[in-house]
Amino acid sequence: MNREEVNKVSEVIEVKVNEEGPDYPNYPITPLPNYEHRQAAHCESGVTRNLLSPVSAGKITEPLAFGIGAGLFFAHIPFMKINNGPAIAFRTMPGQIFNRTCKSLGIPVIRKKFNSKEKAEAFLKECLADGHPVGLQVGVYYLPYFPKEYRFHFNAHNLVVYGKNADNYLVSDPIMEHTTTLDSYQLERVRFAKGALAPKGHIYYPERGAGVTDEQIKQAIKKGIRKNVYAMLNIPLPFVGVKGIKTTGNKIKKWRDKLGLKKAGSYLAQMVRMQEEIGTGGGGFRFIYAAFLQEAHAYMQNDSLLEISQTFTTAGDLWRTAAVQAAGIYKGRIGSQEDFNVMGDYLHEISELEKNAFLALRKIV
Amino acid sequence: MKKEEVPQDLSSLGNITKEVCYATDNSGKYTTELSRGWEVKIKALDVAWEDIEKRIEAAREQVVNNNASPLLFFMEYRLMDISILADYTGFWKWQIKRHLKPAVFNKLSIIKLRKYAEAFNIKAADLVIMNIYE
Repeated sequence: MNREEVNKVSEVIEVKVNEEGPDYPNYPITPLPNYEHRQAAHCESGVTRNLLSPVSAGKITEPLAFGIGAGLFFAHIPFMKINNGPAIAFRTMPGQIFNRTCKSLGIPVIRKKFNSKEKAEAFLKECLADGHPVGLQVGVYYLPYFPKEYRFHFNAHNLVVYGKNADNYLVSDPIMEHTTTLDSYQLERVRFAKGALAPKGHIYYPERGAGVTDEQIKQAIKKGIRKNVYAMLNIPLPFVGVKGIKTTGNKIKKWRDKLGLKKAGSYLAQMVRMQEEIGTGGGGFRFIYAAFLQEAHAYMQNDSLLEISQTFTTAGDLWRTAAVQAAGIYKGRIGSQEDFNVMGDYLHEISELEKNAFLALRKIV
Repeated sequence: MKKEEVPQDLSSLGNITKEVCYATDNSGKYTTELSRGWEVKIKALDVAWEDIEKRIEAAREQVVNNNASPLLFFMEYRLMDISILADYTGFWKWQIKRHLKPAVFNKLSIIKLRKYAEAFNIKAADLVIMNIYE
């Protein structure tokens, strides 16, 4: 192909990529009246809280959504790499927090995925026209308002669209302090991001219902705790739950010899990012969970919940102490085998703490 | 974590938005506090990007030495692997592996180049000459 042809091709693409749409001077902003943007620590529990706010009269807070959705988890998937590092998760599968929370509270959910981008946008417009703010699953890589350093091919981010102004969708991303906008091309691109967990235009919202009673919340809390106890104690896989934390501790002790200091450092850095990076509330979600148990106490009146909450605070603090140790290694300040052993032992200690906490929870629900 | 212990080390995200952290107040009750960032995770992110930069540089060299087509460079530049690129373009993975060879890449049709360019969010012309603006 000669240069002229190449230029012709690029012109066509140029138009598609940079299309800004016509100017709409003073076009009225049309956010839906019943939606309030509130910032959250974690995207999915934040979206859940924001979408359920009208239905639940604001009773479902972020920690309640996280706990009822049984959000706390640990898994270190063997033989799988994410961005050339270990695949470690501190939370449950994407989508489950919203699902479980609505199901446990008896709130019907509308959800759809699409093969066609046009149909996906048409449905979104329909929802907005009907007055529903909607949750969308999106990929982060082409999300323009995130700083470049945070954009990876991570497809399980969630945000709310709550209105449209000319070609701009009004976006409430719970990670952000303030609302923002995406034009239709930008939104289409992130809704149809590709790769693992591709969102396929995934859209969801709760049906307007009869409201949520305190008794319903209490039962939902119990159910959520039971599910979380099961996930952390009873899944019979060595790399999942409290056993998984211990297994990862053992692996870390071997990383120095197996991978070399540099790569072991990169692996630890990746683990710390999964644990602390935007959306965890700190300490690998352990602090949100501790907050959940305190709020659960108001509904269940069982004082052990407060004690167990403190145990999760201790666990979260210890995760952060481990992160400081890991940082020492990937910064090159420390790096002996003994330093890796200390790191691994932190995880053993955490595993033990969380095991006891979930055993205690199992007794009271 | 206590409220006053929530770190405030300015990160690149901190310029755009602060993050919500859960922390306890004096009476041990949970509340939220905004954080501008934490040095430990700023460095963790730096480590990730240092690794990526190295991969991009290695890919650039491969292309310059004619051992790989510019696709390799843009794959690394866009943090993609072959399966993500296959999903974005609709090509099979084995096709992409072929297109990574300079000789095959040089004969690609305009339509195929456009698919790649769109996946990388660049112009087809820049794809061919391995040009970046950002």
